Amino acid sequence: MSRVLVGVKRVVDYAVKVRVKPDKTGVDLANVKMSMNPFCELAVEEAVKLREAGKIQEVVAVSIGPAPATETLRTALAMGADRGIHVQTNDDLQPLSVAKVFAALAKKEQPQLVILGKQAIDGDYNQTGQMLAGLLDWPQATCANKVEIEGDGAKVIREIDGGLDTVKLKFPAVVTADLRLNTPRFATLPNIMKAKKKKIDTVSPKDLGVDVTPRLKILSVEEPPSRKAGVKVADVDELIAKLKEKGAL
Amino acid sequence: GKALVVAEHTDGKLSSATLNAITAAKKFGDVTVLVAGNEKAKSAADAVSKISGVNKVVFAANDKYANGLAEHYAVLIKSLQEKNQYSHIVAGSTAFGKNILPRVGAKLDVQPISDVVSIKDEKTFIRPIYAGNALATLESADSVKLLTVRTTSFEKAAEGGSAAVENFQGPVDDKASIEFVGQEIIKNDRPDLTAASIVVSGGRALKSAENFKIIYDLADKLNAAVGASRAAVDAGYAPNDLQVGQTGKVVAPSLYIAAGISGAVQHVAGMKESKTIVAINKDPEAPIFQIADFGLVADLFKAVPEMTQKLSK
Repeated sequence: MSRVLVGVKRVVDYAVKVRVKPDKTGVDLANVKMSMNPFCELAVEEAVKLREAGKIQEVVAVSIGPAPATETLRTALAMGADRGIHVQTNDDLQPLSVAKVFAALAKKEQPQLVILGKQAIDGDYNQTGQMLAGLLDWPQATCANKVEIEGDGAKVIREIDGGLDTVKLKFPAVVTADLRLNTPRFATLPNIMKAKKKKIDTVSPKDLGVDVTPRLKILSVEEPPSRKAGVKVADVDELIAKLKEKGAL
Repeated sequence: GKALVVAEHTDGKLSSATLNAITAAKKFGDVTVLVAGNEKAKSAADAVSKISGVNKVVFAANDKYANGLAEHYAVLIKSLQEKNQYSHIVAGSTAFGKNILPRVGAKLDVQPISDVVSIKDEKTFIRPIYAGNALATLESADSVKLLTVRTTSFEKAAEGGSAAVENFQGPVDDKASIEFVGQEIIKNDRPDLTAASIVVSGGRALKSAENFKIIYDLADKLNAAVGASRAAVDAGYAPNDLQVGQTGKVVAPSLYIAAGISGAVQHVAGMKESKTIVAINKDPEAPIFQIADFGLVADLFKAVPEMTQKLSK
């Protein structure tokens, strides 16, 4: 059966302004709204579209994290994923470990394609897809803007600085989703109800034989230096005068 | 220590991000620069050999390296690392660098560090997280450190060197099931967004792609690059490659003019390092005013053309 694995990460909602903890060990996650990482939503949408178009048969959503990660999996299932895998851990996995978990799952599930978001909006690394492709020796197409299935592979248009690249890759492969890939659907109430009946398997990184020891030690997390508000100007003339005075024009 | 910088170039023209990466790499010791590509890349290798602080240039000629495919670059860089045991491998935090370095990390079993904005010492680095709302200081336990560096955080290395260029027959990934089809670079006569000294950006308040013309007109008057907020890009008013923000381009020009941009966290993360910020917005409560040096509460459809016109005189 042809299959796509998609990654879904539970992160602080993109609209929340995060606060750094006073002890500088991280950001405060208590009572903060959590959502599916927006780039993961794009990945789910793309996978579900491929199944709806008959290009693949099954979409398997994977989330790594503590117990509430199953909520994010339920969202993916409500968007149309067929089943879920919850890789349960309380450790905060760095991208290399996440990639190793996905590599282990890919060996088990034998997908044609793994679609991930290009980055998660918490750590902002933009690495996992590339690392997964490297671990598996699969081709990679990062920052995808368009994916077209062609025979036993895909043509992918990628966002690059100042334009677009087009690559053709053969399956199995890794694709990461960029903003313009699609418009993710909202989960409808009937689909949310249906999603409750879909299957979620639970495994641990240890079950998969993955060592998740972090390579990067976080010494501190701090607020960035803040910028002070300047002055309001009355009109365009004053604006131009101020800019000239400051040497900015 | 000794560092390897992975050079980025297009048709033999060295990308300026490489110069920022060289400056970062100099902090670690000797600097070797890898230039890979087809024969055209030789001119980039020659150009980088004249950059101050570069000790050696490794030129790897092969058509397979010509289009920046990470599959081939990763095996090439891995082989150089096994041969020369660099302490650091550095690239610019660009689409090119971010595509390649993590794959190298997987090959070397190393956790790379992306978007480095500051280097504390040879193993301690600062990078933004949460769209720039926090700065994390990290210590790497890996034997070789893989870094992509924010170009706006490191000066461009200047000319003034004379390093030897050494040819290297590097490996390619023979099994790579990927093929480069083509590239479409959006041509314009304006300065590059990430390199421009003035940027004029428009937001959702522009209301249409046609209305963005007033932003282009002001930009042309100032010889500035044009940027856009994610809201404007999502609405289809401006192409994606103009997006300034955490998920778009990070810019730090001497003057940034934000017109009709409310100042969402994600946009501010991409421009708050600008030297002077101007905000034009009709909503006096818009958060952009909290970071602007000069704020003008006005209708942008009046203020922007007026500014263009008054600067003509």
